Parts: sequence; structure tokens; C-alpha cells
Amino acid sequence: MDIPYTVAVRRDTGLTNGKIGIWLFLASEVMLFGALFASYILMRVGATSWPRGDMFLDVPLATLNTIVLIASSVTMVMAWASLMRRRFGTFRIYMGATILFGLVFLVVKYFEYSHHIHLGELPSTNNFLAIYFTLTGLHGLHVIGGMVVNAYFWGPGAKLWKTNPTWFTNRVEHSGLFWHFVDLVWIFLFPTLYLL
Amino acid sequence: MTDKVVVAPKPHAEHAIHHEELGFWRKYVFSTDHKVIGIQYAVTGLLFLLFGFCLMMLMRWQLAYPGAPLPLIGSLFGEARMPGGTMLPEFYNELGAMHGTIMVFLGVVPLAVGGFGNFVLPLQIGAPDMAFPKINMVSYWCLFLGGITMLGSFFVPGGAAQSGWTSYTPLAVIAGTGQTWWLIGMIFLITSSLLGAVNFITTTIQLRAKGLTFMRFPFFCWAQFVTAFLLLLAFPPLEAAGVMQLMDRIAGTSFFLPSGLVVSGQALTNAGGGNPLLWQHLFWFLAHPEVYVLILPGMGIVAEIIANNTRKPLWGYRSMVYSLVFLGFMSFIVWAHHMFMTGMGTAMAAFFQTTTMIISIPSVVILTALIISLWGGSIRYNTPMLFAVAFLPMFGIGGLTGLPLGLNISDIPLHDTYYVIAHFHYVVAPGTIFALMAGIYYWYPKATGRKMNETLGKIHFVGSFICMNVIFMPMFIIGMAGVSRRLFDAGTAYAFAQPTMHWNAVSSWGAWTLAVFQIPFIFNFFWSLWKGETVGENPWQATTIEWSAPSPPPHGNFVGAPEAYRGPYEYSVPGAARDFVPQYEA
Repeated sequence: MDIPYTVAVRRDTGLTNGKIGIWLFLASEVMLFGALFASYILMRVGATSWPRGDMFLDVPLATLNTIVLIASSVTMVMAWASLMRRRFGTFRIYMGATILFGLVFLVVKYFEYSHHIHLGELPSTNNFLAIYFTLTGLHGLHVIGGMVVNAYFWGPGAKLWKTNPTWFTNRVEHSGLFWHFVDLVWIFLFPTLYLL
Repeated sequence: MTDKVVVAPKPHAEHAIHHEELGFWRKYVFSTDHKVIGIQYAVTGLLFLLFGFCLMMLMRWQLAYPGAPLPLIGSLFGEARMPGGTMLPEFYNELGAMHGTIMVFLGVVPLAVGGFGNFVLPLQIGAPDMAFPKINMVSYWCLFLGGITMLGSFFVPGGAAQSGWTSYTPLAVIAGTGQTWWLIGMIFLITSSLLGAVNFITTTIQLRAKGLTFMRFPFFCWAQFVTAFLLLLAFPPLEAAGVMQLMDRIAGTSFFLPSGLVVSGQALTNAGGGNPLLWQHLFWFLAHPEVYVLILPGMGIVAEIIANNTRKPLWGYRSMVYSLVFLGFMSFIVWAHHMFMTGMGTAMAAFFQTTTMIISIPSVVILTALIISLWGGSIRYNTPMLFAVAFLPMFGIGGLTGLPLGLNISDIPLHDTYYVIAHFHYVVAPGTIFALMAGIYYWYPKATGRKMNETLGKIHFVGSFICMNVIFMPMFIIGMAGVSRRLFDAGTAYAFAQPTMHWNAVSSWGAWTLAVFQIPFIFNFFWSLWKGETVGENPWQATTIEWSAPSPPPHGNFVGAPEAYRGPYEYSVPGAARDFVPQYEA
């Protein structure tokens, strides 16, 4: 038995199931990170002293990471746009670039983390580092999650292109929405933690 | 669907054969069929309800006869928990925390949302399955893992979580290993609910049958729809809080640990500077909407059964729907009424008590509409209807006794007393659980093709109805005398508690008798699988779309594609041939 509206849109809502599903999922993600940001604000307001981000964190490195993630969002859109133009080869290149940018981001993050641990700046040191590790750690997990999904569509999941290109394009669009959300979280994280 | 069969019979026939070839594991265990998943959820929920009830019956012994050794089974729990059959305070705390957690997150929610939502909702909107069948399966198995984690935590050193179902910090942060298991278990349960919520909302919006506009929805669909939004948006903040508490416990952070905390004479070495109240805010931001997650599906079930058995349309369907949506929205801005005792300041308290008074209005509108729906009906008192009708006064008592708790001034003496216990149990136990029982008797014929036995059902109902009140009514008396909850000796040490001590035994005997009256239900549940009266597709002469499917519905649910031609409750239409005009008949 087939579930209706997985590929074609339902006429009165103008949407596929997957599109609604991913937006609902993102709504719940907003609440997840929203709660953590709210906790950050509450802890900072209540603290007797709170360090400026650049006292602990490496701003140039994070700026580099911001640029990397924004670039990955651009390549993600290009990957989807290539599918819309029915150019599968270009899709592979752009999707590969997106995954690679994600990897660069994680490598830079790894150096940041290991530098902190080397200096003895652990989550338990103070509440600034606690929220820093929690927020960036959770964000990092989301980056990994997004990369796994993108890698699946780059590799084994791409078989769907041959049998049902519209469905495949939709799926890439949905994973792109998630990827942009992960970028957006970083766009908020970067000034909040590093600059303020 | 029928057209397709005519045009291309071959692929369809292959399709059908393919489904029959599914092996035992794919068909009954790792199934993606919403009906099988719904039944899995329901059975899991019922088992956990029974388990949580058993934990409570142990606690009731200690409360009725504090310090007395438990005869017969007391020695089974070992010297570490019940030396000589007498319950240790730590074990009592374990039972208390896990009773709450299991009843809420593993009992009522899986049964009300996972069970009824999965089984009934797609049938009621005329869908072949849920929008994402595989995610649906994952969602059940996340719940299962969460349940296993919670059960497993009883066997770790130091036992299960002991900090109450609310896991207030800093107590929960400095508690034993069981608390870590509790947090991990909760993360599984939250994941399960989130996946379920995405699925329910998408299914409701996308897979509605032709002609089934939102204002033609049965009230149950609306209830599940609003509930799914509550789960989707309220659970993630608790997940965030859970992650932070886990960090506090494992990575040594101080999100919830204030500076200068001294435990057992030892100053903690943590950095400090955290905020214990932050946990309470994040917890209740989930847990107040959670209250409505517990009650709204119950209201939906009751509405269906009342319309069916009064043979009348629901009175004020539209105002009920608008109230429901408003209730869902308001439930996000009342959470701090659980925290009046934390010294939040009058401005905040005034805000939250105002929103709390406002949220009582839509609840009263729905309840009133259901009561007025009874007016002038020729009511059929079958078992589902008995439970549904009993829901109304029980939920009424629970709701109205909540008003003094929602007002800042009267909450202060009543806070954390047995009055609170009585209040929310009236909402959930004789309230929601009666609604769920009504739902089980009502949709059992759809799930199995057989009716449950009416006589056993009536014994189950009468016994449960009396016992529920014997259990919870005394708690109002004990609570108003000022006795706190969570006292492992029921207040033996306090002089002011003495005049009401004997009520504890009354309450306990009520609980144990309630267990006896569940035996007819359990027997009936299994016996009717084989021996129940076989029924056709519409045994209750109901109007909504699920009754057009065969009982039990096959894979894919409907024979043709169902269509909705009118509103959900066209009962006793003047001039019609029968006293009901189904939604699905042209």
C-alpha cells in the first residue's frame, strides 16, 4: 500500500508530507535550542561576573568556521538547484562540497576543543564554559547528523534518482532545510558565545 | 483505489500477495502498520499502568501502616530495600519517583496518544496509514527502549531515581546512579514523543479523506491534533534541561548547583553559580502542557462515546473545538503556577495566576458542552458510556479543586500537600484513565472484530468507580489538614497529622480493592479475543469514518477510498430512515 502525497503535493495544502514533517521537526528544534539560549540568558543575568567570550575563545578561528558553514549552505542550495535542472553530476559535486565543508567545520571545532582541554578549560571550570560546551556540543551533533543524511543522499540514497527523480529532489530539499537550520543555529551561537 | 484495480490489476495483485508474505517479525513486531503499532503502544501502556499501580500499592502499605513489616511479599525485596519486610525511606522514594514517571510517561501517554492516536486517528480521517510509517515504528521502539531503561534503573547500585518524577535540582544532581538512568530513559521517551507528534500532525493535515474538512473532524481528531502540537513544542525544553542535568551529573558543570552548597556537612567542589530554579522553569514548561497531553485525548474519547450513545450531535461542537485550540495555546503560559512557593515576586505570581484562571474557562466550556450533550438524549448505558459519563464528574472534581491551587494566596497553604495529590489524581486517574477504559471498550470491536463482555465490563466499572473515590477523596481531607506529600511515614512524626492518620488506611484499602476489580477487565480483555460476540463493521451504529472499515481493518484499512459527506455527529436527523447518518455515506 502506498502513502499518498509522498511525491506529489496535496492540492488543498500545496505540500508534500515530507515538507510538513521537516518543518515541524525544525519547530521542535527551535524549542530545543531556544530553551538552551534562554538558560544562557538567565545564567548570565544572574551571575556576579561573566567573562567576555574572547577571553576564552578563539574569535578568528570561529570566524573561519562561520564562513565555512555559510559556504556549505550555499553549496547545499546549489546541490538542490542542480537536481531541479536535472543535472545529477553537478549535484554530486556540490553535495560533496557541502559534506566536505561540514567536515572542515568539525576539524576546526576539534582543534578548539582539544586546545581548551589542554589548557584545563573544562565544562566544570565555570558556567560560561559549561554552556559553551553544551551548546556547541549539541550543535556539533546536529552537524554530524546533517552530514550523515547528506552523505546518504550523495552515496547509496542517490539510487532513487534513477527511479523517482522528483522524490529524490524533494528529499535533498528537506535535508537542505535541516542543514540551513544547523547553520542558522551557528549564526546565533557565534556572536552569543564568542563576541558578546 | 477501486478504479486503479480495474485499470491495472496486475501490480495491485502482486502488491497484495507481497503483504501477505510478511513474516511474523515484520507483521507483529517490527511492523509499520499503524494499527499494529497502535496496539503495541496500547499494550505497553497498559502493562506499565499495571506496573506503576503495583509500585503505588507497595507505597500504600507503608502509608497505611508506617513501619509495619509487609506480610508475605515484604521479604522478596531484599535486605537493602525492605529489611525484615519493613520499607526503608530510600525505597519509598524510589517507588514514589518511579510511580509518577511510569504512570505519566510510560502509562497514560503511550496509551492515550500512542495507542488511541495511532489506531483510531488514521481510521477516523480515512487514511490508509500514518504519513511516515517507518518513523512511526521507530517512535514505538524509542518508547520501548525508554521503558527498558527505566525498568533497568531499579537494578543499578543505589536503585532507581529517588528525586520525584519532577527531579528537582539540586537534589537530583547529587542523587545516585539511578538518576542518570532516569535522564537517559527520558531522552528516549522524549525522542519517541517528538517523532510521534511530527507524524500525527502531518497525517492529520495531509491524509484526510476527500471532503473531510477540519470542521467535519470528529472531536477526537481535534484533540489528538492539538495534543501533538503540545508534545512537539513542550518536550524539547525538557530535553534541553535533561541534557544540562546530565552535564551536571557527568561533566561536573553547575547549571543547577548554586554556590556554597553543602551536602552532608561537606561543601561541594563544583564551580557553583548555577540556578536550581532554572530546572523548575524548564521542567514545568514541559510538564504543564503535559497535563493537557494527558487530558485532551481523554476528552476526545469521551466526546465520541457521548455523541454515539446519546444518539444526538454534540452540543456546541464549534465552541468545543475553539476552546480546545485556545486551551492548547494557553497551556504554554501557565507553567509557573507550580512554582508560587519559590518566591517569584508578586508581579510574576499575578501574571501566572491570571493566565491560570483564564485557562480554566475553555476547560469548563468543553466539560459543560459534554454535560449539556446528555440533555434529552435517550442514553444507552453500555460499558463505554458508563466510563465516559463517570469521566464528567470525576474530571469536574479534579478541575474545580485545581482553582484554589492556581491562586497564589490559597496555593501557599495547600502546596505540596495531599490536597494536590488528590486534585491531579482526580484529573488523571478517575478522569483520564476512565476515558481510556471507555475507549478500550468502545474501539475493541474495531481492533479485534469482537465485543468485550458487558457484564464483566459493568462489574469492572462499578468497582473501579467506587474504589477510585475511596482512594482519592480522603486525600483532600488529609491534605487540608496540612500533611505534606512525599513523607515516607505519612506524617507519623507530626502532631497535626494525627487526626487524619486513619484516612490513610481507608485510602490504601481502596487501592487494593481497586486492584481486585481490575481482574474482570484483564480476564475480559483476553477472553473476548476468542469468545467475544463477533460484530460487523459498525457495532455501535456510529457515524464516523473508522466504522466504515472492516473489523479488524486489513492492511491499508479501507475497501475503497472513503469520503466524508457531512459533519461527524449526524444522529437522530429528523426524517432520516435510521437514527444515524454516517459521515461516509453519500
